[in-house]
Amino acid sequence: MLEQILKAQKQMDAACKAIGRQINIMEVCGTHTVAIFRNGIRPILPAKLKLLSGPGCPVCVTDQSYIDAVLEVAQRSDCIVATYGDMIRVPGKGGSLETRQFSGNVNVVLSSEDALRLAKENPDKQVVFVAVGFETTAPATAVVVKEAAEKSINNFSILSGHKLVIPAMKALLSDERNKIDAFLCPGHVSAITGYGVFTVIAEQYKRPCVVAGFEPMQIIEGLAEICSMLSRNQSAVKSVYSAVVTKEGNTTAQKMIAECFEPADGYWRGLGKIPASTLKLRPEYSKFDAFKKFGLSKEPVENKTGCRCGEVLCGLITPPECHLYGRICTTQTPVGPCMVSSEGTCAAYYKYQRPRRK
Amino acid sequence: MCLAIPARIVELEGDSAVVDAMGNHFHARTTLLPNVKLGDLVLVHAGFAISKVDEEEAKKTWQLIAEIDEFRNTQNKVSG
Repeated sequence: MLEQILKAQKQMDAACKAIGRQINIMEVCGTHTVAIFRNGIRPILPAKLKLLSGPGCPVCVTDQSYIDAVLEVAQRSDCIVATYGDMIRVPGKGGSLETRQFSGNVNVVLSSEDALRLAKENPDKQVVFVAVGFETTAPATAVVVKEAAEKSINNFSILSGHKLVIPAMKALLSDERNKIDAFLCPGHVSAITGYGVFTVIAEQYKRPCVVAGFEPMQIIEGLAEICSMLSRNQSAVKSVYSAVVTKEGNTTAQKMIAECFEPADGYWRGLGKIPASTLKLRPEYSKFDAFKKFGLSKEPVENKTGCRCGEVLCGLITPPECHLYGRICTTQTPVGPCMVSSEGTCAAYYKYQRPRRK
Repeated sequence: MCLAIPARIVELEGDSAVVDAMGNHFHARTTLLPNVKLGDLVLVHAGFAISKVDEEEAKKTWQLIAEIDEFRNTQNKVSG
């Protein structure tokens, strides 16, 4: 293992030397962000190699208006909200789902199937599934929406907050302020999409893309692979996660997404409106759309807290540059979603990078 | 959120499976991987198997999880 690390370090040093300025590599997966901090990867990197944590945590990129819509449903006595645990503490207008849990109509589920089961078990209630996540999670939602349609389970609906990774990467690169030289691409999103989808980023936008798994060695190898491409001035897509990711990905899951959803313009925290970046239910499944069922708004609301999560998500600032960080905003009292989510950049900084009291 | 855990299919009926990860048994759907069979190793994400995985990769992840678990236990002991 040590040999592999030394070899990787050599490749990284060579790239830093060849390029002669700071190299910025962005990871777009919250699980990578946490794995990088937890395994202490940052300190072994050359000083001129900087890792930026991008919009890779579904909780963090979810717009405030979506959170408010979820809270609005949670206030109705005829509804049960079924949510993944990740969303429970995100603050919105007048509290969070956690504060609503006492009312008894918020249920944490481990899978979309559990949400559908809740609907079957509670025929006199409307069960609304908080459907967030990227391509990894979207097929699981599609499966249960189709099942609800087949079995006419009409007290089930979803708030689709599903998002697509590629349009977000394009949006980041279209911002002139971006400092991104390459991407470390998400392992499990790629298990669904296949690594082929990143070709557009490598070829049109000239940014090398490497798909990696979540073990420390995989991440280090991925970074070294990126560096070796950068020093040769080459831009291509590679995968060091061949045990799981193929070029084509999981075609059954892709089909499931395409049958149930269609791409739609949508709001991302920090990135604003991105064309064709979110997944909306197709017209034939519109009766399972909770936005329509309950007349909920998707229009963005103004953020008045002074929280700079948006800039953190774009890699423009690091968490300590936000004046709320560590003072008002901590993991115990989070203001923004990047501090709430265990996979958020601010939470990772706070947990692993904060100077310890002696 | 996109965390996935490798597990072995120990029971399979249609697209409903019981999987084993480090001795823990839980329910998973195989709807997204129609060609799996009993004994296959799969990555399970949010209750659904999303991809097959080889033995070596699965072992690496299990080992990592065990190490984190062990580390947490040690920390608990130190802090009392």
